[in-house]
Amino acid sequence: MSPTELRTITPTLETQADEPYYQQVADEVALFEAAAARRLPVLLKGPTGCGKTRFVEYMAWRLQRPLVTVACHDDLTTADLVGRYLIAGEGTIWVDGPLTAAVRAGAICYLDEIVEARKDTTVVIHPLADSRRVLCVEKRGELVRAPESFMLVISYNPGYQSVLKEIKPSTRQRFVALDFDYPEAALEARIVAIEGGVEASVAQRLVKLGQLTRNLKGEGLDEGASTRLLVHAAQLIGAGMAPRTACTAAVARALSDDPEMTDTLDELVRAVF
Amino acid sequence: MSSSGPSSRLSAAQLEQRLDDALLASSSHRSVAKLARDLEYLPRERQDLVLHWAEVCTQTNAAIGDLVASLAPRALVLLDAAAFEAWVLAALDRYDRHGARAAMESLRDVAGFRAARDDTRDVALATVEGRLGRFVRGLSGRTLRIRAGAAAWTDTETIHLPARLGVLSDAGANRALYRAMTALLWAQARFGTFNADLEAAVDAWPQRERALAWLAALETVRLEACIARELPGLAREMAGLRGPWPSELTSVVDRLGAPSASVADSLALLSEYMAGEAHPPVLVHAGTLDPAAARRVRAQRIGRETEVLRHALGAWKAAPGRRPAESSSWEATLADDAGPAEFRIEGKLVALPEEARAAAQSLVQDLGEIPPEALAPAGPGAWKPTDRQGEGAHYVATRPPDHYYDEWDFHRNAHRRGWCHLYENDLPAGDAGFVREVSQRHAALIRRIRRRFEALRGEDRVLGRQLDGEELDVDAAVEAVCDRAAGSEPSSRLFARRVRCERSLAALFMVDMSGSTQGWVNDAEREALVMLCEAIETLGDAYAIYGFSGWTRTRCDIYRIKGFGERYGDAVRGRISAIAAKDYTRMGVAIRHLTRLLVAQPARHRLLVSLSDGRPDDFGDEYRGQYGVEDTRRALLEARAQGVRSYCVTIDRHGADYLRHMYGPARYTVLDDVRKLPLKLADIYRRMSS
Ligand SMILES: Nc1ncnc2c1ncn2[C@@H]1O[C@H](COP(=O)(O)OP(=O)(O)OP(=O)(O)O)[C@@H](O)[C@H]1O
Ligand SMILES: [Mg+2]
Repeated sequence: MSPTELRTITPTLETQADEPYYQQVADEVALFEAAAARRLPVLLKGPTGCGKTRFVEYMAWRLQRPLVTVACHDDLTTADLVGRYLIAGEGTIWVDGPLTAAVRAGAICYLDEIVEARKDTTVVIHPLADSRRVLCVEKRGELVRAPESFMLVISYNPGYQSVLKEIKPSTRQRFVALDFDYPEAALEARIVAIEGGVEASVAQRLVKLGQLTRNLKGEGLDEGASTRLLVHAAQLIGAGMAPRTACTAAVARALSDDPEMTDTLDELVRAVF
Repeated sequence: MSSSGPSSRLSAAQLEQRLDDALLASSSHRSVAKLARDLEYLPRERQDLVLHWAEVCTQTNAAIGDLVASLAPRALVLLDAAAFEAWVLAALDRYDRHGARAAMESLRDVAGFRAARDDTRDVALATVEGRLGRFVRGLSGRTLRIRAGAAAWTDTETIHLPARLGVLSDAGANRALYRAMTALLWAQARFGTFNADLEAAVDAWPQRERALAWLAALETVRLEACIARELPGLAREMAGLRGPWPSELTSVVDRLGAPSASVADSLALLSEYMAGEAHPPVLVHAGTLDPAAARRVRAQRIGRETEVLRHALGAWKAAPGRRPAESSSWEATLADDAGPAEFRIEGKLVALPEEARAAAQSLVQDLGEIPPEALAPAGPGAWKPTDRQGEGAHYVATRPPDHYYDEWDFHRNAHRRGWCHLYENDLPAGDAGFVREVSQRHAALIRRIRRRFEALRGEDRVLGRQLDGEELDVDAAVEAVCDRAAGSEPSSRLFARRVRCERSLAALFMVDMSGSTQGWVNDAEREALVMLCEAIETLGDAYAIYGFSGWTRTRCDIYRIKGFGERYGDAVRGRISAIAAKDYTRMGVAIRHLTRLLVAQPARHRLLVSLSDGRPDDFGDEYRGQYGVEDTRRALLEARAQGVRSYCVTIDRHGADYLRHMYGPARYTVLDDVRKLPLKLADIYRRMSS
């Protein structure tokens, strides 16, 4: 049997209809579009919760391509990405994994937190991420050639200094790298206000708090508060919680378990609100 | 409480009855009768209080119960209900630790207890220093040292605060006052108190001290308003602590509170006040000013940061492929306040190194802007970091150190770069007899530990008949086909999944070889290691054992006892036998070095277990005390940031309270009895690795 004669299920992918809210920060949109035009894969680097996922969703909408997102974890196997056989009736049926589906459909495939995945998974993305642009589906003996519109995007948080969480040079050098960071105060306040549904003045104070916690990075905190945490706090405030309570829960407790550190964070919350 | 019934006062007769019950009738009848009369006129809650505690104490020790009851009437004159309880609990605590005689002594000294309790509204700077340091770090993003001194003032790099505060009525308020003082001193640097020539301004007045005090008061008004704009919560707290502004200042609150107000306004108002006779008011949270010290420190810092920034810009400009941009097109802006500075060159945002951004942020805080000279890129080599290393004691080394490590100096709140000289040594093997002897003596125990460990051993296994998996389980699939053919419902568990039981763990044991371990601690360490090795061998985990000791920062020694690659053979056994007490415990550098070894191991999880006795310590006074504690804490934090989990085992019979702070970033156990070490260690390892 040739691969195409096998019974195969490929999930159908659709493009997002509504524009996701994304606040442009620098020239990332233009860079991404240029990379897409040249069929180059993209690596998004940046701390947690700074808008990487949101950015990819927005770009997929902008380019009108379907988006397949895979959150990588340490048990993610190649089969999880590429596909596997299932039993149906008397025979077997092949189901494409998310990566294969994305390649066939010419979608954008976003592998979130790639360093979390098992090392062997990187092997399948290498031929997709260089000029060959093919996916090797070993179990079917099939080589899927990526159409023009297929694009591979991976993300990575360089903040984890652990050697376990490092991207191999052979992987990272295949990608165009875009640096992400928390946006400057005015922009971040705008994002927090819109996403969190709070007034500008509240959003500004939340961003202020975020900056104070970022000052503590490396002084007992691994990371300061992300935009995401600030949005969470804003949402709690929007739902009627008192700002101090909201920030203690959404920011201070979320950042640390060390009692000394949470004391300090609480003090900062009380200073701002 | 044991009482029920009406909440009216108990009569002497009722009290007598109750006391008899409570005191197990251990006292003579006459004394109980007298006591009942003494208690008769107390309010009911007090009567219940005394009866309750007399009964509680009697259960511990009858004599103490008696004494509590008989002292109660007098004690309740001096102590309120909460203090009374604390007085009794303190005595019970002493009983637990030191016995009945000590407890009774403590009870009799009611007046002393009361005096000590009054003192508890005092707060010592030492107890809040760390917290204040983190707080200003959060506020400023720039490191400010905290030091004890006679008064509250700042030179813009160090915040001096009184060593104790007891002005307000309770400890909580005094802690808040420390926070307010710290924030106001931070604000002096942050909101430009020193951006004018204060020395000239105050020297112009014959009553220089009065002028300085007025200026400090006026600036406090202005700075509080600045704080209120950015940190309203903190400003509310400050206002609560100081109460309403004194009448002399109410007229200037509006002017100095305007967003546009600067130190120039305070100086203008100073002239008006100095023309009058009034004395400056005392503000509880305001510090004093030392313009000369601030000018010196600030000028040095501005010079330094300017050079850092110019150097970074020079390096940026010199990078290959850069088009030379006119420095007039360089522009730096500070988003709003504590946020990072942003650089634009010809309108484009550029990313400068962390250090340069910090320098820029610091300059903006000092000057309100980045001075043009700091934006003139320096030529190559124009700047060298000044070597500020001081001199420690010297040790004549026969070879250069193998590594240099940074050390955390909590006084500076910064690392001392390359401060510790580390030497790697192989521990010369002793005779393996000790190990053989231990293995024989503890054969049964070792067998038990091994069996427990075997249960942890894992291999890659394929789990069949799963709902989901990467492969088909052929057996299950065939069965399903048959089931269907036979007309029965086939199972949907048709997959095989490979589960990883591979342990992928690297553990490093770090053994204190300081002089204080001489004797039984050292023996216990060695015994514990023998059992551990026997046990871990059954698991096949990668593990290593290193000893550490040292003599000042220029001689930090690490001894290899078992490397990761090494087999647990006679050589290792010989080295375990040879573990001996040597010099001092400079712990931070050992943690840093061993973390580095661990991180190089190709394992998924990394575990650092330290064995030590008591406080980090080194020759000379420098490392002793808080310095060593803070450095160790820091090193553990750094290890965690690199993905190393630490577990600290301390043999310390004094159960000191610094441990929680020092080992905060790690898990730890304190053993009061060294004989528990061998079992404990194997147990910790088992728990941490399963
Ligand atoms: N530029 C932005 N525009 C709009 N929303 C943003 C932006 N940046 C951050 N956010 C908000 O922050 C939240 C977190 O962002 P997102 O989930 O994209 O983070 P991430 O970088 O993918 O984080 P992680 O690395 O943890 O996956 C978003 O849900 C959104 O509310
Ligand atoms: Mg994401």
